[in-house]
Amino acid sequence: MTQRGLERLKRAMWTLSLSVLAIPFVFPFLWMVSSGFKSATEIFGQPTLIPRVWRWTNFVEVFQYQPFAQQYFNSLYIACLVTVITLVLSSLAGYALARMRFAGAGLLMLFLVSALMVPEEVTIIPNFFLMRWLGLMDTHGPLVLLPVFGPHGVMATFLMRQYFVALPKELEEAGKMDGLSRIGIWWRIALPMSRPALAAVAIITFLFSWNLFLEPLVFVSSLEKFTLPLALSNFTDAYGLPLWHLQLAATSLAVVPILIVYLIAQRQIIESFAMSGVKG
Amino acid sequence: MARAGRAPWLTLQRREAIEAWLFVSPTLIGFLIFFLGPLIAVVFYSVSEWNLLSGEQVFVGMANYHDALRENPDFWHVIRNSVIFAIGLVPLNMALALTLALALSRPFRGVVFFRTVFFAPVVTSAVAWAIVWKFLLQGEGGTVNALLGYVGIDGPNWLREPDWAMAAVIVTRVIKMVGLNMILYIAALQAIPRDYEEAARLEGASGWQIFRMVTWPLLAPATLIIMVITTIGSFKVFDHIYLMTGGGPENGTLVLAYYIYEQAFEFFNVGYASALAMIMFVIVLALTIVQLILRQKGAA
Repeated sequence: MTQRGLERLKRAMWTLSLSVLAIPFVFPFLWMVSSGFKSATEIFGQPTLIPRVWRWTNFVEVFQYQPFAQQYFNSLYIACLVTVITLVLSSLAGYALARMRFAGAGLLMLFLVSALMVPEEVTIIPNFFLMRWLGLMDTHGPLVLLPVFGPHGVMATFLMRQYFVALPKELEEAGKMDGLSRIGIWWRIALPMSRPALAAVAIITFLFSWNLFLEPLVFVSSLEKFTLPLALSNFTDAYGLPLWHLQLAATSLAVVPILIVYLIAQRQIIESFAMSGVKG
Repeated sequence: MARAGRAPWLTLQRREAIEAWLFVSPTLIGFLIFFLGPLIAVVFYSVSEWNLLSGEQVFVGMANYHDALRENPDFWHVIRNSVIFAIGLVPLNMALALTLALALSRPFRGVVFFRTVFFAPVVTSAVAWAIVWKFLLQGEGGTVNALLGYVGIDGPNWLREPDWAMAAVIVTRVIKMVGLNMILYIAALQAIPRDYEEAARLEGASGWQIFRMVTWPLLAPATLIIMVITTIGSFKVFDHIYLMTGGGPENGTLVLAYYIYEQAFEFFNVGYASALAMIMFVIVLALTIVQLILRQKGAA
């Protein structure tokens, strides 16, 4: 066989093995959507990817079983709120840590680094009593406050700081000459130059909030205040057994929009995770 | 006021310092209230016994720790499960991540497609992922077993048998998270200058030799960091366990993060759960310090 033919065969083998490896990554998504269209009985019959009968009514029942539209909206507005607050606070603090000289900056950095080491499970018990004392039980308060001020917020601050440090200073100096205040320099010069970092923080923060599970589980108890992850785990019959056809229809509704955005902006999204680096 | 001859109090430096503190203060204040405060509080909780009804709090010294380390057989069982989980997950995750990264770090037709596919579960909620896999892995009528049936394999009731349940949770978690390590490895691979490999190739080294003698040693710093991050992450696993097995069967998948949640919020053993949380903190802290030391060495 010629050298080129061998090369081509090798490449084909690689592509084939990657495709086989990709099955468990793709299959769950396909099966989720397909099962969301099946009836409760068909779901346990012969496995077929294309439903024999397309049950669109699953997607109506999802909204009748629990206030799913409200729950969907809760997740959406909380994620947006968390993202906006995190963007503002992390870029403010990150800018000061990168550009301004003040006594205690080094200590403050060290202090914040320590937060990256602590899992949420460690602080959630005292936070439970704190939230109860603040009267925030069964509200969305904890779902905004804890992501913003917890390890995730600190990680965002560091990401912003790293980006600001690497920016050239000349434009900011020029802004100072033109009589801009610090906050003016931050808003008019530093922020517009750091769009990639802001985008990265926005993407990972939105997904972090959207996918949050432990905090809603601990702090929220009424159905109409649930967020999506809680709602998804809640499609059960009177015996506590899962109503699979509804659960999978609801899960499809929660996952597919995110996947579509991901497919459109995959490069940007993957880069954002690479920038945040330490997450996992 | 006699100001003449003295420098004004508000020097430029002072002004900058005040402004800087104003910039960081929202983050700092929130951090003190919702993070550092609770972290200190949990130390006190861990040496107290709570009566939740009366709100009474009694100092009990190291009793909660003694309970965990000496009295309660569950604790060591839980630690054992967490270690098994980490030992199962970390090598599998990293080997797969490195393999994928090696395959996908060079441009070829379809590279973007495959990267997108392998990373997709990372952006998906763990809850959705766990629900779908729980559905697929049911014993009777489960899709995985139905497919295995076509090739003549009688699959077990994955999530109802202790050993299989652990394996199933580990594997589904690896599929969910491996994309993250894959991109970290791709970044590390792309940072290696091409010349090294070219030189080795000119010397007549085979693909495997190049990997063994050139690529792998140069990846060592990245490998160490990825290993520690992945290990810490494996100790924090909660969603998957909660949704797929609930710690069962026969506590076979009861891991530390889930045990803390169960003790605190289902059984209301606040003191005991806080002691567990402190133990988790120490474990993660130790792993993080290892990571920082490794990072420093890598930078030097």
